[in-house]
Formats: sequence, C-alpha cells, structure tokens
Amino acid sequence: MDWHILAQQLVNGLTLGSIYGLIAIGYTMVYGIVGMINFAHGDVYMVSAYLTAICLAVLFSFGIDSLPFALLATLATTLLITAAYGWTIERIAYRPLRGAPRLAPLISAIGMSLVLQNGVQLSQGAKTQGVPSLIPATLRLGEGNDFVQITLVQLMIIVVSLASMAMLTWLIQRTSLGRQCRATQQDRRMAAILGINTDRIISTVFVIGAAMAAIAGVLVTLNYGSFDFYIGFVTGIKAFTAAVLGGIGSLPGAMLGGLILGLSEALFSGMVNTDYKDVFAFSLLVLVLIFRPTGLLGKPEVEKV
Amino acid sequence: MSPTSKVHWNLVVRQAVLEAAAAFVLALLLLGPIVGLVLDGYQVQNELQRPLLIAAIIAAGRFLVTLALQTSIGQAVLERFNARRRQPGVLVVSASESDRQRWWLLIMVVVSLSVPFLASKYWLTVLIQAMIYVLLGLGLNIVVGLAGLLDLGYVAFYAVGAYGLALGAQYLDLGFWSALPLAAMLAALFGGVLGFPVLRMHGDYLAIVTLGFGEIIRLVLNNWLEFTGGPNGVSAPAPQLFGLEFTRTARDGGMPFHEYFQISYDPLHRFIFIYLALFLIVCLMVVVVTRLRNMPVGRAWEALREDEIACRALGINHVLVKLSAFMMGATVGGIAGVFFATYQGFINPMSFNFFESALIVAIVVLGGLGSTTGVIVAAVVLTILPELLRAFADYRVFTFGVLMVLMMIWRPRGLMRPRRRAFEVKGLCR
Repeated sequence: MDWHILAQQLVNGLTLGSIYGLIAIGYTMVYGIVGMINFAHGDVYMVSAYLTAICLAVLFSFGIDSLPFALLATLATTLLITAAYGWTIERIAYRPLRGAPRLAPLISAIGMSLVLQNGVQLSQGAKTQGVPSLIPATLRLGEGNDFVQITLVQLMIIVVSLASMAMLTWLIQRTSLGRQCRATQQDRRMAAILGINTDRIISTVFVIGAAMAAIAGVLVTLNYGSFDFYIGFVTGIKAFTAAVLGGIGSLPGAMLGGLILGLSEALFSGMVNTDYKDVFAFSLLVLVLIFRPTGLLGKPEVEKV
Repeated sequence: MSPTSKVHWNLVVRQAVLEAAAAFVLALLLLGPIVGLVLDGYQVQNELQRPLLIAAIIAAGRFLVTLALQTSIGQAVLERFNARRRQPGVLVVSASESDRQRWWLLIMVVVSLSVPFLASKYWLTVLIQAMIYVLLGLGLNIVVGLAGLLDLGYVAFYAVGAYGLALGAQYLDLGFWSALPLAAMLAALFGGVLGFPVLRMHGDYLAIVTLGFGEIIRLVLNNWLEFTGGPNGVSAPAPQLFGLEFTRTARDGGMPFHEYFQISYDPLHRFIFIYLALFLIVCLMVVVVTRLRNMPVGRAWEALREDEIACRALGINHVLVKLSAFMMGATVGGIAGVFFATYQGFINPMSFNFFESALIVAIVVLGGLGSTTGVIVAAVVLTILPELLRAFADYRVFTFGVLMVLMMIWRPRGLMRPRRRAFEVKGLCR
C-alpha cells in the first residue's frame, strides 16, 4: 500500500464523514429532546438532494450563469424548503403522538419515510437523476503517478460542515434559544413549568435538523452529481450509526462519530473490499450498540420509575 | 340565530379561512418544486398544475375540518376520538362471548378450506401469498405485538428460511420436508445469535440494530456470489406428498401425484397442496399463540411490553423472556420463508429488502398490536386489496405510509384491540 492511496482514502473519508456528521446532528438532537428515532430524517436529506437539482435547473433555465450566485440561491432555497419539510413532518406525524405508547412515533416515522420516498418516486420518476459537474477544479499534491487529488467540492464540504457545526454550537451554547433547547432536553416538564414553549422548541429542533440535512444534501449533490429516491435509506442508517457512535444526544459526538465512520468506511473500502462496505458500517453499528451503547461522548442513560 | 352566535360564527369562519390559507401556502412551498418541477436530464419540466391542485384540495379540507370541529357534532366526534385513545390496551371479554366467537372460527375454517378448489391459478397464487403474509404477521406479532420488541429486520429470518431450503437442496440434497424443520431451526439460531446480545438494549436501539441486521443478511446474500449465486438467485425444490411429486412426468425414479391417484395432470395440484399445507401451519400457529398467551411465558411477554422495570423488580429474567419471543418469531419467519421459496420455485435477494420488513410491520400495526384476528384480517386485506386495485399499484407504498401514520394518530394500539378471556372462578366455596 502506497502512502498516496492511503492519503487519498483519508481525504475521501473526511469528506464522507463530514456529510454523515451533518445528517447525524438531526438524529442526535431529535433523539435528545423527544427520545425517538426520526426515521424519516434520511428521506428529508434525499428530498434536499432533489431540491438542489431542481433549483439549479430552474436558475440555469433563466439564464443565470454566475456560479457563486446560483450556488448561494440554491443553498438558501433548499435550506428553506427542507426546513419546512422538517417542521411539517413533526407537526403531522409526531406531535399528535405525544404520550402515545412507545412504539407509536417510531412506526409513524417509518410511515412518513415511506410516504416521502414513494411520493418523490411518483412525482419525479424512479430513474437516477443528476446535476452537471459545476466546479471541476481540483488540487493535486505529489507528482507523476503518485498523487493525492482533492477536488474543490471536497474542500468545500469539509469547510462548510465545520462552519455549520461551529454556528450550531454557538447557537446552542450561547443564545437564549439554545438555552431553551438544552433545558427542554434535560427535563421537558420542568422546562414547560418555567415558561418555555416546549412544543415550539421541539419544532425548532426538527427545523434545525432538517436544515443541517439540507446543507448535506446540497454538498453531496454537488460532489457526486447523481442521486435517486432511495439514497436516504442507507445514508440515513449510516448517519444514525454515526450519531450512536458519538453518543446519542451529544452534538460534538455526532460530528466525531460521523468522521470516525466516514474514515473507517473509506479505509475499509480502499483496503479490503468495496462490496462489503455497507455490511462493515452496519456491523460497526451492531458492535457499538452491544459494547458501548452510550457511544464515545454520551452520558449513561438511567431509567427511573 | 342569536346575535352572539352570529359573531361567534363570523370568528370561526375567519379562523377557518386563515388556517386554510396557511395550509395552502405551506403545501405549495413543500410540493411546488418536488411535485411541480419534474427533473428531466439537467432540465425541469413544468407540471405546476399538480401541486396547485393538491394544495387546493388540502386547503379546502382544512377549511371544512376547522368548520366541522366547531359544530356540536364535530365536538362530539373529537371527544369520542380522544376517549378512544385513552382506552386500555387489552379488551377483556366474558367467557360466554368468547364461546360465541367459536362459530365464526368454524365458518372461517370451512371457507378457507373450500376457496382454493374454486379459484383460478392467478387467485390461487394470490391466496398463497396472503397465507404467507398471515404466517409472517403472526410470527412478527409475537415479537412486536406481544413482547413489544420492534423488529425492523424480520425479513432476515424470512430470507434465512427461503435460502435454507434453496441452498439445502443445492448443497446437501435436502427435500422440502427435511429442509422445513432444519430451516426453521436455522432461523431460530440466527434469532438467538442476534437476539442474545441486543435484547438488553433500549427499544429504539433494538429497532435500528435489527434493521441493520436485516440489511447485512441481504447484502451478504447479494455479494457472496460463489455460495448464494448473488443477484442471480437460486432455484428451490417443489414440495412432495409422501414422496409423490407434483410434476407431469416422474423425475429420477419418483412417482407423480396424478399417476398414483389415477387422475389427469393439473398444474394447480401443486399450488393447492402448498396452500393446504400453509393453512395447516397457520391454524397450528393460531392455536400455539393463543395457548402461549395464557401460559406464564406469554403473560411475561405482555407484562414486559407494558413495564419492563416492574417486571425485572418482580424477578422476571427479561433477557431470556425476550429471547424466547424473538426466537419464536424467527422460527415462524423461517417457516414462511421455506414456503415462499417452494411456491416461487426461485429466489433472489431482491425479495428480502427493507420494504418487505416494513410491510410486515404495517400488517401487525394495522391489525392491532397483539391481536391475532386483527393481524390475519390485515394480512389478507393488504395482500388482496392491491390485486383488486391493480390500476393504483404505483400508489401502494405511498398508501401504506399514509395508513401507518394515520393509524398511529387514530388508534396508536391498532385497529383491533387484543382480547383476553376473563378469568372466572367456578364452584367457589364460601
């Protein structure tokens, strides 16, 4: 194994890991605050990939050829609409189920996931869609046949995810909204007694999660260029694995878990076998849950009567 | 109409109009791009009339619902709806009512036994599918409905059963009847191996781990080309009746069924035989599940579902009790898989994807978690309805999703509540 192949896999893994981390934030925040797995989250990410392609196509059909403007407008529109999806899903499928038996919200979430997947398939068709390669610039380190290639989009992915993480951390740690979120996560009833509108905070958390998934969707679409209505399922489970790996409920944990999962998956597929990379990720999930269910940065959960 | 009520109605109508307008805008925002602008290469095609129509329907519905809820009838409906959700999970019926239900049971058995002799080949295959889903539903009902463990990878055990028959026939030269118990045991073993470490987990984690496990099984079946044939699949042997084959001509020394009984050859015989064998197994399952529910282990399942901490405090070994439910469910899934393989005659990993798991969960949930009758009805309806509505086949998954959400909002415990016969003491000394 040459160093450049290893380095190339590290770069790919870092990119992949940032994406997993961004999506994992949605899982970890929702789990932290309402204690349920938002099964439809992966499909929200899938919807944002479609929105990206649609926005770009509409902008280009109007003859807008300034690339930075097109990208920013696409990001803004996708963010807005995907956030609206997050809000609506919570409102329709989860809010009426507060206080229902434990399995009910999870089953409702699976239903919502089927609705999103099949809704997109019905309206957009089952075939793989794509966007043209817009930013072909690449960075090459090394010479001759031994080089490491970093595309500009990969750099963008890493920078943008770090920036979004930093902003989110600031939002949660420093602002009044963030304090309310943390209070609701610690004790929902007590927070409500102290005058926090917990329903609104829960909605906000879904909106934040969906917005993060939207950023991931835009970046992934720019990077890989192709997607279909089924991408949300596998990516969703992997992002959930990342959230569990880092410790569910913990924001830095989600990002750390995403990076670890992305790196190990890239190294596995680079060194061992590409066919079994999903098997590897799922096995990692099973093993983490068996041996360290609280994850790397999570706190142990004590059930009280 | 008094002036005050007139003012009241003005307010109500204004409120309804505002809410309808909000719903319209939101629906347009959500559906506009996804439904209205269809990607075609790197271009979009304008189909904006579709989201406009859907948004208009949603807004009209919102308007009418808001108005209706303000009338006295609407209030009463809402009240009943909320009361229903507060009902306890299990319906206790008296012994006499329980006896009356036996007549229904007899009628159902007679109908189910006579139907295959009247059906065409097409409907016979639909009936066999329905029976397979009934069996899968009953199996998953033990795990999800009775023990309260959400298993999203149930299809893995189904796959183990199906591949157990197909690969057993290919490598070990097993026939249908020798493979049936072996595949069931293999599925149980898989259930045990997966279940033992994961059953200590919190419920939601269990759902994700089983989902991951289901995907692992499917991916391994798909990628292990030398052993399973990968996406090309493998063929599975047809069943035999005491060594009699259901073929036109005898294969390697066997005796065809129709020659032995001196009747003319009919390809339907094979399907009727599979149906009847399945029916017997389903009946057996119903009896076993009914008995189990009244046994200590069955009561422990339901108690664990309701309150795990209390059960552990009372000295129930929660891991072993859950494991028994998990392995029971896996065994039934394996048996269903064997029947699926033999009826199809050919299997590949495509048949065991996540949608199949979600469909089985939908059957159990729609039927009523824990209710045997409900699960059977749901399985039959969910298999036969799509066949009747062939024109809307594309909307099948979509409808399932909507039904799952609505069902959870309307009745979080399913359509039919599980029944339990009341305990009555006879000949009590005073």
